[in-house]
Amino acid sequence: MSAIMEVSGLNAWFGAAQAVKEINLSFEKNTVTAIIGPSGCGKSTFIRCLNRLHEEVPDARAIGRVLLEGDDIYGRGVDPVAIRRKIGMVFQKPNPFPSLSVFDNVAVGLRLGGLRRASILKEAVERSLTLSALWDEVKDKLNAPGTSLSGGQQQRLCIARALAVEPSILLMDEPTSALDPISTAKIEELVTELKKAVTIVMVTHNMQQAARISDKTAFFLLGDMVEYGETSRIFTAPKDSRTERYITGRFG
Amino acid sequence: MPGVVRAKNRPVREIHYGDRVFAGILKIPAAGLALLLLSIAYFLYRAASPVIVKHGWAFLTSSTWDPVRDVYGALPVIYGTVVSSFIAIVIATPLSVGVALFLTEIAPRRTGRVFGFLVEMLAAIPSVVYGLWGIFVLAPWLRTSVEPFFKTWLGFLPFFSGPPYGVGMLAAGIILAVMITPTISSIAREVFSAIPLQQREAALGIGATRWEMMRLAVLQSSRRGLTGAVILGLGRALGETMAVTMIIGNRHEVSLSLFAPGSTMASIIANEYAEATTDTHVAALVEVGLVLFAVTFVINSIARLFLSRSGNR
Amino acid sequence: MKRHFADYLFRSYRKRKAVNSTMYLVLIVATLIALVPLFSIFGYVLAQGAPALNKSFFLELPKPVGEAGGGMANAILGTVTLVFLASLLGVPWGIATGLYLSEYGRGRLASVVRFCADMLASIPSIIIGLFVYALVVMTMKRFSALAGGLALGILMIPTVARSSEEMLKLVPQHIREAGLALGLPRWKVTLMIVLKGIRGPIVTGVMLSVARASGETAPLLFTAFNNRFWQGRLDQPISSLPVQIYTYAISPYDDWHRQAWAGALILVLLVFAMNLITRVVLAPKARKS
Repeated sequence: MSAIMEVSGLNAWFGAAQAVKEINLSFEKNTVTAIIGPSGCGKSTFIRCLNRLHEEVPDARAIGRVLLEGDDIYGRGVDPVAIRRKIGMVFQKPNPFPSLSVFDNVAVGLRLGGLRRASILKEAVERSLTLSALWDEVKDKLNAPGTSLSGGQQQRLCIARALAVEPSILLMDEPTSALDPISTAKIEELVTELKKAVTIVMVTHNMQQAARISDKTAFFLLGDMVEYGETSRIFTAPKDSRTERYITGRFG
Repeated sequence: MPGVVRAKNRPVREIHYGDRVFAGILKIPAAGLALLLLSIAYFLYRAASPVIVKHGWAFLTSSTWDPVRDVYGALPVIYGTVVSSFIAIVIATPLSVGVALFLTEIAPRRTGRVFGFLVEMLAAIPSVVYGLWGIFVLAPWLRTSVEPFFKTWLGFLPFFSGPPYGVGMLAAGIILAVMITPTISSIAREVFSAIPLQQREAALGIGATRWEMMRLAVLQSSRRGLTGAVILGLGRALGETMAVTMIIGNRHEVSLSLFAPGSTMASIIANEYAEATTDTHVAALVEVGLVLFAVTFVINSIARLFLSRSGNR
Repeated sequence: MKRHFADYLFRSYRKRKAVNSTMYLVLIVATLIALVPLFSIFGYVLAQGAPALNKSFFLELPKPVGEAGGGMANAILGTVTLVFLASLLGVPWGIATGLYLSEYGRGRLASVVRFCADMLASIPSIIIGLFVYALVVMTMKRFSALAGGLALGILMIPTVARSSEEMLKLVPQHIREAGLALGLPRWKVTLMIVLKGIRGPIVTGVMLSVARASGETAPLLFTAFNNRFWQGRLDQPISSLPVQIYTYAISPYDDWHRQAWAGALILVLLVFAMNLITRVVLAPKARKS
């Protein structure tokens, strides 16, 4: 097993408040890593540091080393725009572009990259939609606005949009928190399927979800990473008492 | 505490009564606004009626405006209004969208606040001060630098032919552009700020540059609101009076050249009120005002429609 | 993930960066261009106007054509008079409308009122002048300060109404509820708690619309008209700063031009100061909500 992304000494702030403290963590290829913890524990901030989206918030900053396939994305002269193409992201709320059709929502990343050939785009869109298990549902309404789909479909559309540019790693920030149970189940199923193609890091506040679909789990508390390990072990034999209290539902 | 006891014993109906009276009283000035609007339309119509009766619809299509012979046709001023406002919109739209994008998407917070204030100041300067500046600064500059330049390179077009006066249609269009830029850009800013953060992050998340993010997440989804903003700016340009009156040259002829003096609906009213000695002349000016009222009313209603729907989404 | 077009996407990257930088530049330049007139106007008004601002400008009447000197004393007083008259109409009407919209503004009537206020605010001000001309001047058969005040007052209504409504909406709902929970009737809560608590900002809003009204020219042209002398009677034509600036600006005399610039300087300083004060007074309140 090789690590596709290695995080070391990562710290992040909002203004003067430190949200993420000295995180060291690595993600292995074709695994699902779940980041769990109570709200405000810095798990969302952490994952947003992994594609340098955190620094887009006014007054926010982050320092540390994040190696993606050996290259430090926080290295000197590295442009966040360039590295974000290799790191897909799916957000809490489904956010397809309202002015774009289903097709265009998926194709948009490639178009930005200068890809114009209709045949290539069509192929790529179908591949991504198939990968995100949406193709059969939308193949007849590719020209409908992306926002006309149901919530769960919209979220899978956003997954397809992220996959279209063929990222090395897919970050998911509580991707099911705005969805109903059936749509959630579909996304979970999809995630276990997707890890064959891409490495996934997923923030979730839902411990059952983490237990169901992840291979590794990291538990965050107040900006610290308290414990990290095989999901099965974290949920059965946590080493840290705080982890134990959290997974047994005693706080957060 | 006897007061408390009394309050408790007061019949509930009485309290409601006081509230109803209060709401009723407040309704008077509120509903009075509607009455005011109606009476504006009515009194303008009444004062204009001699000319409305005399000329009918021909008033709008005839191009002779001759107070001496008591013949009034509003076509030249309608033409002047349309052309000057058109120039203004063409210049102000890209400028305003640029300003709004800079302020909402690029400028650091503090810079944004300072520049936002400056743009607001542009809206607060009185029209007559713009006119003064237009006469003594803008028009001379146009006459000596801008218009000769256009004449040299584009003089074969009818729009850029004729002597460069400085004062004229182009000057009016430019000054209108300056004046409506804060209107359009402040609404554009509101429209942009209403776009959820997630849209912007979605764009950044797929590796868009900042400009691509503006295009994808901001401009694409605010087309409707921007249209409303521009229409509102148009409404303001159509009715702007003093600055235009002072710089457009006040000649009631249709000329293709943008250098030529012209006049607008608002400017002819401001310019001729003093010399309007006959009743029909006054009535004709009022009818121009009535037309302007109707046009701006319609334009602003349309703008409102665009803006309210974009706000709901 | 299997890579289909990694190389291709990498190649276009440089171009995209260039486009991005160019557009940044374009947007910054657009903003600067939009502000050029502001700085130019400020510069000219200061340079041309300041030297002409002397004692006689504030204290003397205009001199007849050809004689140097004189001032705009009557026009300044005229503007004060007109704005005072306008406030008598516009301020109570505007605040009452704002109060209605913020406290009872949910029904059908409220949306009609809001529409009317919007329309009234966006009608060209010269139309208001024409209306007052047809309503008052034609009836009285003369221009008058009253007519001018009426025209400016009508213009003030929608702006005062809108700013008051916005300020009133800043008062948190729980403050109203606290009053109602004490058993106070709604009208008392509105007048004694809500309105009182937000008095400062509302006054600021009113002052801002007063500043705007004092720069209005078009509606005064054929209502208040103009007057070269002091005028104590309200049923007589009266001069005003903006109309005087207009008259002087389109005249052929250098001395008058200087005075026009001086008058413009006063107007610009007035609106600038008012806008600045509004910012300072309202900014923290607006941020809190």
